[in-house]
Amino acid sequence: MAKKKMQILVCGGTGCSNLQGESIVDNLKLEVEANALENDVQVVRTGCFGLCSLGPIVKIMPGEVIYTKVQPGDAREIVEEHIVKGRKVERLLYKDPVSLKISSSHAEMTSHIKQLRIVLRNCGIIDPENIEEAIASDAYEALTKVLTEMKPEDAIKIIKDSGLRGRGGGGFSTGLKWEIARKNKSDEKYVVCNADEGDPGAFMDRSVLEGDPHAVLEAMAICGYCIEAAKGLIYIRAEYPLAVARLKTAIAQAKEYGLLCNNIMGTGFNFDIEIRYGAGAFVCGEETALIHSMEGLRGEPTVKPPFPAEAGFRGKPTNVNNVETFACVSPIILKGSDWFNNIGTEKSKGTKVFALAGKINNVGLIEVPMGTTLREVIYEIGGGIRNGKKFKAAQTGGPSGGCLTEKHLDTPIDFDNLIAAGSMMGSGGLIVMDEDDCMVSVAKFFLEFTVEESCGKCSPCRIGNKRLHELLEQITKGKGSMADLDRLKNMSLVIKDTSLCGLGQSSPNPVLSTLENFREEYVAHVTDRKCPAGKCRDLMEYFIIAENCVGCTACARVCPVNAITGERKEPHLINPSICIKCGACKEKCKFDAIIIR
Amino acid sequence: MEMETVKLTIDNKVIEVPGGTTIHKAARQLGIEIPTLCWMELHDLNIENKPAGCRICVVEVEKRRNLAPSCATKCEESMVVKTHSTRVLNARRTVMEFILSDHPKDCLVCAKSGTCELQNMAHKLGIRDIPGSEFAAMSTYKKDTSPSIIRDLDKCIMCRRCEMMCNVVQTVGALSAVNRGFMAAVAPSFEQNLEHSTCTYCGQCVAVCPTGALTEVDHTPDILRALADPTKTVIVQTAPAVRAALGEEFGMEPGTLVTGKLVSALRVLGFDYVFDTDFAADLTIMEEGTELLDRLNRHLNGDKTARLPILTSCCPGWVNFFEEYFPDLKDVPSTSKSPQQMFGAIAKTYFADLINVNRKDLVVVSIMPCLAKKYECQREEFSVNGNRDVDFSISTRELAAFIKQANIDLKTLEDSDFDTPLGESTGAGVIFGATGGVIEAACRTAYELHTGKKLERLDFTELRGLEGVRSATIDFDGLPLNIGIANGLGNARKLLDDVRSGKSTFHAIEVMACPGGCIGGGGQPLHHGNSEIIKARAAAIYNEDRMKPLRKSHENPFIIKLYEEFLGKPNSEKAHHLLHTHYFAKKKKVIIKQ
Repeated sequence: MAKKKMQILVCGGTGCSNLQGESIVDNLKLEVEANALENDVQVVRTGCFGLCSLGPIVKIMPGEVIYTKVQPGDAREIVEEHIVKGRKVERLLYKDPVSLKISSSHAEMTSHIKQLRIVLRNCGIIDPENIEEAIASDAYEALTKVLTEMKPEDAIKIIKDSGLRGRGGGGFSTGLKWEIARKNKSDEKYVVCNADEGDPGAFMDRSVLEGDPHAVLEAMAICGYCIEAAKGLIYIRAEYPLAVARLKTAIAQAKEYGLLCNNIMGTGFNFDIEIRYGAGAFVCGEETALIHSMEGLRGEPTVKPPFPAEAGFRGKPTNVNNVETFACVSPIILKGSDWFNNIGTEKSKGTKVFALAGKINNVGLIEVPMGTTLREVIYEIGGGIRNGKKFKAAQTGGPSGGCLTEKHLDTPIDFDNLIAAGSMMGSGGLIVMDEDDCMVSVAKFFLEFTVEESCGKCSPCRIGNKRLHELLEQITKGKGSMADLDRLKNMSLVIKDTSLCGLGQSSPNPVLSTLENFREEYVAHVTDRKCPAGKCRDLMEYFIIAENCVGCTACARVCPVNAITGERKEPHLINPSICIKCGACKEKCKFDAIIIR
Repeated sequence: MEMETVKLTIDNKVIEVPGGTTIHKAARQLGIEIPTLCWMELHDLNIENKPAGCRICVVEVEKRRNLAPSCATKCEESMVVKTHSTRVLNARRTVMEFILSDHPKDCLVCAKSGTCELQNMAHKLGIRDIPGSEFAAMSTYKKDTSPSIIRDLDKCIMCRRCEMMCNVVQTVGALSAVNRGFMAAVAPSFEQNLEHSTCTYCGQCVAVCPTGALTEVDHTPDILRALADPTKTVIVQTAPAVRAALGEEFGMEPGTLVTGKLVSALRVLGFDYVFDTDFAADLTIMEEGTELLDRLNRHLNGDKTARLPILTSCCPGWVNFFEEYFPDLKDVPSTSKSPQQMFGAIAKTYFADLINVNRKDLVVVSIMPCLAKKYECQREEFSVNGNRDVDFSISTRELAAFIKQANIDLKTLEDSDFDTPLGESTGAGVIFGATGGVIEAACRTAYELHTGKKLERLDFTELRGLEGVRSATIDFDGLPLNIGIANGLGNARKLLDDVRSGKSTFHAIEVMACPGGCIGGGGQPLHHGNSEIIKARAAAIYNEDRMKPLRKSHENPFIIKLYEEFLGKPNSEKAHHLLHTHYFAKKKKVIIKQ
């Protein structure tokens, strides 16, 4: 496909689209036409660039110039200045939050330098709704190679040798999984793509599906060839309408081009893909629960074994991989196992996509080689902590992961190091917390999610997590005791030890890791009845510093419960047993006499 | 491919078991009973509940990261298992504390007190305290009372046994897990009341519920009131399966027949007449057998309107089932009422006249192994001007509690005989209590009526057993009669699907809703997953049959007299009016909670 001289790439991910991304595309097109440039300039709606907090993003090629927080009204200036006159629109360029340096190209951005894009190779580059652009970026070349030059065993060997491990959280060897599914003989087999991304704040899989759906379709077909399956199913949450729409378009186009369905590329290999919708239950990311949900049953897990590779969808051998895992497959086939094997650490190969969230400057999506340190991720790629605050902890592995602390900043991030640090890789959520965060509340917050999302099948997860949450609630109210900390730990360990599926086996992780790394905060809550971060409302006390108080009575007048007493021009006093901690007095005081202690 | 046998170590003892055996079962062979709440097996009936949800049965398996549920983990070669390490004991206790923390503490007044598996487990594990209960929230639900069954989901521990029974065994589909997380429980869809679901009231959910979440509606107080009312004549009928199980409630061996003691106990309780549903069972055979022969003869003579196979209609759970799922086949089953209702109809006409009591002042009580009978006696078509033919139906369990309340020691009671005329029965009536019994009883009578010859061999052993679906061909003196038998509604569905599609080659099919027939009914003493108990009850039923001087319904002198004095002939107009019924296509309205 002939490319035009210049491309204006506009992020078409969910985030940027919701911020009028569509109008930006329309306006840019109008401006291009108004300047009669349509033969030379192409406006493309791409997938996600990963710079989500800076969106909507527009990128001009060649030159890789990134414009941030673009509004539809900026279209004229971008076209007239940049395209026509070759002058960059300075005010829309990216400014590094730490160095305050303005970057005029994507490659220059510190957030970009340490990244390596394998999974996201085409996101933000191609138009995901145009299969020709995908093909021009090597899509389906790996499938062609596998179908025409390789035996299934050879392709499995490449995947196995590459060291690719499942990106959904388990970290099981993908090649080995395929091999087992291949060995289980059956008249029917299934390839399932797990796109039930459920971690709050995580959107790695969504971005891949929105930005490069063919990467997943191709890999599923390769997997189908390897394990002798003719049917692929993508289990995706119905809350991802854009990803669903792009997948549907991609499937239809791939069929039209003879790259899916019957007799693919004339090789006699048949492989069809269908979409199945999930109703947004976190537990359906667990593969047996996912399969039950696809079968129309209640989405709850069953005991493994039997593993899906033995008895999965409709009781047939089924290979389940997550979106990101599939997205790694084609490059490995094309570039070889050694290439992939050389990226990453000893036991974790390749790259990992993380969704950066929390108190970090560059909230968004990044892809880094395994073994990148937390420090690099947070301070270089992530642009550091927001408002210059101090780093306190980073939660990896989603709500059932654990938190890493300052002492882990220089630990290379990979599957095994994270587990050793009491956390896990999970699907790749990374939430950063700063000095203002109370770690007891953080643990309680994550647990609230797992309590809500437990399917309720097994007792420890159904009831135990609820009890853990209640105990944390007591502690944050100042009603806990030192004995409760031991109970908290015992309950957590038992829930992990006895739960049926990965959800319950990991849900107490936030409690255990905060208890391990921030025990002094827990102790402060239960012995001093204080929240060191000042976050726990019940442990706060409003107090008037007598020296600062001039006795203006403003605070007493604004107090809704009459908790403040004192004579005019005399220092006032707050009665803590009446005070409801609404903060109105503190806000009213002009003399900084009221503090929280 | 599973290895033929595997050798493993459990608690330092080596054992070799067939591949595929679970740790729980292997341990059992070593005499180690690993406690469990959700797992349940009725081995001889091929029923197993194995969700691995309660996590009480967890054990430590060397080289495994987490504890393994022994009920769902298969033994592997060289496995080393510890069932009571400190890690296991701590986990088991903690999980039990979790379960108890979300369970009401009203054991004193709970219907399951004393037979509650959760209560027993708390005792076994020595739980003395539930930490954190002062601020622990409880999952609470509204209580639901249907004509037969009470659901108190506050007591549900999500063992899923009821769900398995309802969906897998019975294919009724009334119960499934609803909600998620802490509020998860088993309920009808949309959390409707049971009455608005597809429930057949077979009571198999109640029979397996380990706690008080599912119990029967207790009608004992109604009976007490009637007994206390001097203006009422209160009579009682007892179903065949009751006598084979009641003794269990008083510590007797399963399979102990307590017929005579049962009669004495009912008399001591104050019933004016103690009668036998077996009498009505004999009557049922007269009506149903005649109907069978009539349809068969018409069919053999080429009458296309004579629908075969004929289906038995004694079982109210089964009637509810085909009304719900096979309304298009509602003219296939026999129109004969169930023995309970035939008894009621005769009692409130023939017998009321005999003792000169107005039907309004005659209270008919039935003792049934069944919960659907409670619903059956409340059906509108079984009452006259609002006065029910059978006023109250209580289960074997309720009767046992009633007897205990009255300080009666069943074990030491003298035997006594039923009253006449409605207490006299043949062996054919007794075997109604076991799967296959109704059709065997029918064969004994139909053979002699059809062939005019004396039946030499009374024991149709080919019709007996506990397999879910059975079939046999009985030689009616040259006419091969194809008999089908199903126990359990899921099995009945299989035979009904064939009838619907025209593939069925049976002339007659007996269906009992409960696995094992009435002896395994939803109102029987709890079997707690021991199918030996059900086998023993069946043996007892056939024993009583063997001991009876008369074993064919049409030889019952009081039946003969009833026809002579009152009904005329079987299937006569009067018989039709009193002893036959019709069925309704059920259209349940889904009521979605606002």
